[in-house]
Amino acid sequence: MKVSRRTLLTGAAGVVALGKTKATAAQAPADSTKVRGKPSRALGQRAPTEKPQRNARGATSSGTPHQDLMGTITPSDLHFERHHGGVPEIDPKTYSLLVHGMVERPMVFTLADLKRFPAVSRVHFLECSGNFGGRTGSGEITPQVLAPLTSNSEWTGVALATIFREVGVKAQAKWFLAEGQDAALLTRSIPIAKAYDDALIAYGQNGEAIRPEQGYPARLFLPGWEGNSSVKWIRRIEVSDHPFMTREETSKYTDPMADGTARQFSFLMDARSLITYPAYPVTLTPGWVEINGIAWSGSGKIKRVDVSTDGGATWVAAKLQEPVLSKAHTRFRHLWKWTGGEAAIMSRAVDETGYMQPTRTELMAMRGVSSVGYHYNPITAWQVRGDGTVVFRAEEWT
Amino acid sequence: MKRAGLVVCLIAAAAALSSFGVPLRAQSRAPAAKASPAKEPPPLGIGRPATPAEIAALDIDVGPDGAGLPPGRGTAAEGAPIYAARCAGCHGKTGREGPNDVLVGRQPGDAFPFAKDARVPKTIGSYWPYATTVFDYIRRAMPPDAPNSLSNAEVYNLVAFLLVQNELVPQDAVIDATSLPKVKMPAHDHFVPDTRGRPK
Repeated sequence: MKVSRRTLLTGAAGVVALGKTKATAAQAPADSTKVRGKPSRALGQRAPTEKPQRNARGATSSGTPHQDLMGTITPSDLHFERHHGGVPEIDPKTYSLLVHGMVERPMVFTLADLKRFPAVSRVHFLECSGNFGGRTGSGEITPQVLAPLTSNSEWTGVALATIFREVGVKAQAKWFLAEGQDAALLTRSIPIAKAYDDALIAYGQNGEAIRPEQGYPARLFLPGWEGNSSVKWIRRIEVSDHPFMTREETSKYTDPMADGTARQFSFLMDARSLITYPAYPVTLTPGWVEINGIAWSGSGKIKRVDVSTDGGATWVAAKLQEPVLSKAHTRFRHLWKWTGGEAAIMSRAVDETGYMQPTRTELMAMRGVSSVGYHYNPITAWQVRGDGTVVFRAEEWT
Repeated sequence: MKRAGLVVCLIAAAAALSSFGVPLRAQSRAPAAKASPAKEPPPLGIGRPATPAEIAALDIDVGPDGAGLPPGRGTAAEGAPIYAARCAGCHGKTGREGPNDVLVGRQPGDAFPFAKDARVPKTIGSYWPYATTVFDYIRRAMPPDAPNSLSNAEVYNLVAFLLVQNELVPQDAVIDATSLPKVKMPAHDHFVPDTRGRPK
């Protein structure tokens, strides 16, 4: 069962089931012990039979193929993308970061300068706040379509607090503006407290330089906060005593609420979980099934993930893969015997603050409906049919 | 206030003296549990001072109070041909047609039905809380086929055109650094700061 699921690949055009035996036969000798293997090479590659793909959604985003991944780290070339002016090409030799505004010493830092500062490495998820793909009304969607825009990496960089100490941020500072060097010159206003909490200027991703799609050569990284605020390709920080009310924090990335207000500066990514197996388009055969997936919370560590195989009537705590890290994807697993028949498989995350992932009903009571749907993290279900096929349980959202 | 400040200074001075005054050997013998956290180092001397010219070249943001708005002015009459040439292809002839973001339109009674009906477009006249954002965003990011290319005068004219189309200012309004921050936006009072994750 596990072997067959590895061969289920999701491509840009949809879901393609590759014939495992056929693909392998074309590449590999009948007996690898009778043929001298390939020589060493400068750059490794995936096994030719492994072809995980991001799914491009227009020119401005692509999603992580969760159904093809295991563990918690997202391979850098499969980290989701979301950009507002394309992916810029930036020469690391001429790149610099300007920090000015309410500071004692306005300064310019080259990439080499940033790397001279004391560095930190931390594993964190990054999630776009528009990461709910469950409103299509279709049952035939993969985990990659349901939650395309979350990924998990080890980020390396300099603590923003270190840079703020270097420039001498003034006591009256309350916010800072972060601006990207892309064609959107994307800007967000960030509360200064985040800089002193855990913000980074990151230049490393999973042991090497950040990928262009993730902000090469350097980006702001705000653990646990909506992806848009972690401004990529960062070229400028202006320290201030007020927010700037940029387009991305007013007409976009704000949340209409059922009470007639619009929630602004809604940075926090609340806890969510995603079952990545079994999920569409897997077909189960009766027997033991290890239900597994990822859970994460912008508030800290995942404390518990409950799994239900009866549509939410009863719940069992899943096993969490150690180490459980703060503001990071956490793999959960639950062994289940499928004996045939209909079943609705669900998961719900609980984080260390006690926050529990809401039901669709709870979420809609607070949020109403919205054309974009930022910060939608409802409990969702995969429906196992009597014949073993698995589909997303689509629900009404508008 | 002065007395309190003096006391703080004295405490800080005493703390500095005591930490520097302890012999190294005594420090190394101290139990681990009592070790003080590493002191914040002074500036490390990395990077170089930014020149005023460097800052001015990049500092293009416009605040909600109008800070950062450049000299110049604009009117809807002058903005209309620029809109037709540079914007209408994506936003429609009058700003209502799309295919990209619908920019123009008011809600009856300036209602705010966005959580009730997902089809309601978030136009400048119905959803944008600050008029200054229109200037800032157009100048930094529009049009996508030639971003960051419009002159300040062109941006002022486009802003005037869009504000008139949204019936937020009179037909003949002159938009400049003084008038733009004063434009009343119907959505302004609907926006509230998020309180999730804040200490109870």
